[in-house]
Amino acid sequence: MTMAMTMKTKRTLFIIACLLPGLALFCLFKVYPTFQIFQKSLYLWTGLSDKPQFIGFKNFVDLFHDETFLLSMRNTGFLMLVVPVVTIIVALINASVLTQSKLKERGFYRTVFFFPSILSFVVIAILWSFIYHPTMGFVNSGLDILGLGEWAKPWLGDQRTVLWALAITLIWQAAGYYMVMYMAGIDSISPELYEAANLDGATRIQQFFNITIPLLWEIIRVTIIFSINGVLSISFIIVSIMTGGGPDRHSEVVMTYLYSQAFTNSNFGYAMAIGVVVFIISMLLAFISNKLTEKGAH
Amino acid sequence: MSTRVSLMGKTALRLFLLVQAVLVVYPLLWNVLASFKTNAEVMESPWKLPTSINWNNYVQAFSTARIGDYMVNSVIIVLLSMAVLLFAAVPSAYVLGRMKFRGRGFISQFYMAGLFIGGVYIIVPLFIFMNDLHMLDNRFWLSAVYATGSLPFSVYLLTGFMKSIPLDYEEAAMIDGCGYFGILLRIIVPMARPGIITLIVFSFFDFWNEYVLAMTFITSDSKKTIPVGLSNLMQIQQFATDWGSLFAGLVIVLAPTILVYALLQKKLTEGMSLGGVKG
Repeated sequence: MTMAMTMKTKRTLFIIACLLPGLALFCLFKVYPTFQIFQKSLYLWTGLSDKPQFIGFKNFVDLFHDETFLLSMRNTGFLMLVVPVVTIIVALINASVLTQSKLKERGFYRTVFFFPSILSFVVIAILWSFIYHPTMGFVNSGLDILGLGEWAKPWLGDQRTVLWALAITLIWQAAGYYMVMYMAGIDSISPELYEAANLDGATRIQQFFNITIPLLWEIIRVTIIFSINGVLSISFIIVSIMTGGGPDRHSEVVMTYLYSQAFTNSNFGYAMAIGVVVFIISMLLAFISNKLTEKGAH
Repeated sequence: MSTRVSLMGKTALRLFLLVQAVLVVYPLLWNVLASFKTNAEVMESPWKLPTSINWNNYVQAFSTARIGDYMVNSVIIVLLSMAVLLFAAVPSAYVLGRMKFRGRGFISQFYMAGLFIGGVYIIVPLFIFMNDLHMLDNRFWLSAVYATGSLPFSVYLLTGFMKSIPLDYEEAAMIDGCGYFGILLRIIVPMARPGIITLIVFSFFDFWNEYVLAMTFITSDSKKTIPVGLSNLMQIQQFATDWGSLFAGLVIVLAPTILVYALLQKKLTEGMSLGGVKG
């Protein structure tokens, strides 16, 4: 009896010992700060030495009258819409071309296309700053070579092109990653389905829409949410290195604004209110895209 | 009879893929070429080859721009983060994947919820809290934050692995008088090795490339990591227009990434189909 008891206590102690390090870290550096943004978003708190002062929802009211914030929301919204859509389409096309065409070079392209997704965002941002560089960049000098010199412009310095230029960088970074995910998905689709479709005389394009897309739908749904969240955090690095939010705040995104409110203006309460809004919006988006895509699921 | 693509179609397809491959590779290739160019050559045209191999930029990168010091910091932080992550994730995943106890479901869900909490919006409370506890400007605590960031996904990935190991092994070890920790270290860890390696590969890239947290939590120049050092270099070189050493710096950062990728490419893409999205 005592023997059994000690066995049981031993087991319990072992379980606790195994779970403790992970749970401690998780609570300390993830759960606690998450609760903090909700609580402290209701405070006026300017400076580390300041005592936070409760002001209710005033930060949120101010936010919706803050034009820079609204502009940054619009810019982020643009990126969150354009980047996932194009990234996923490009990734799907490449994945199905590479898996279906049975080219010998398949492995090579898979390796090459995946590569940008493991590069440092800092390296990517610096490289793309040079690609768009007004005088020594590829884009403009390439246009020059093609005799389209008059189309050259400072892509990152023009408020009409800056967001598109940033979107292309984000797509370049992520498309290969999703492609590899889809390739794994397509590989698990039974080849007989495609063979049967071939016999029925279905074209490649029909097969893409009638077999590949429906059978990958569950994976596509997950990647939409991944991609939206990815844009939120990656846009911060890309924007802060490539444009600093310029020209004239036309590439300011929510995260760069949050960061500058906190660490340049020491406006901590306000920054946390931005965090809360972003948190709620990204949850809502995940929920909405889940609901919208539910119909296609089998 | 399954492939009836005409030669024309196949050529068009190849062209389509080749153009994309060039779009991916050329900027990187150009970067390597530019790192051997003199400043005047960099400014001249992005399409020309350097006239001579000029190692000067690399010397500059190490001496004036202190890329070497940043690199040492990055290596230290990657190793520390990896150690903390494995120490926290492996035992947790073992217990969550293979032992039955009250609260197991709740803890698994708790970690899953963590997958949705991104790094950037909790950075402000994290900064204040670490400031209060004097954890800022400290390589160990930065590593602990990194490890925590990867924890939910790691636990999720490894739990799946742990479940796939047959139970007989533990029972046999129990009968042989092996204790719980003995089983974990001597039986489970070796058997879960493919999962652990996948995890190490994934987190290597995350830790090596991380920028925002390092930029915010490390203040003294002597402790900065490579991505932060590079972005500082970029700011400086914009005014100094010494592009060469910036490009050399970029190549120095890229080299280990390319090396690890070349060695472990299979593991990485396999790992994505294992843990990536099946859930």
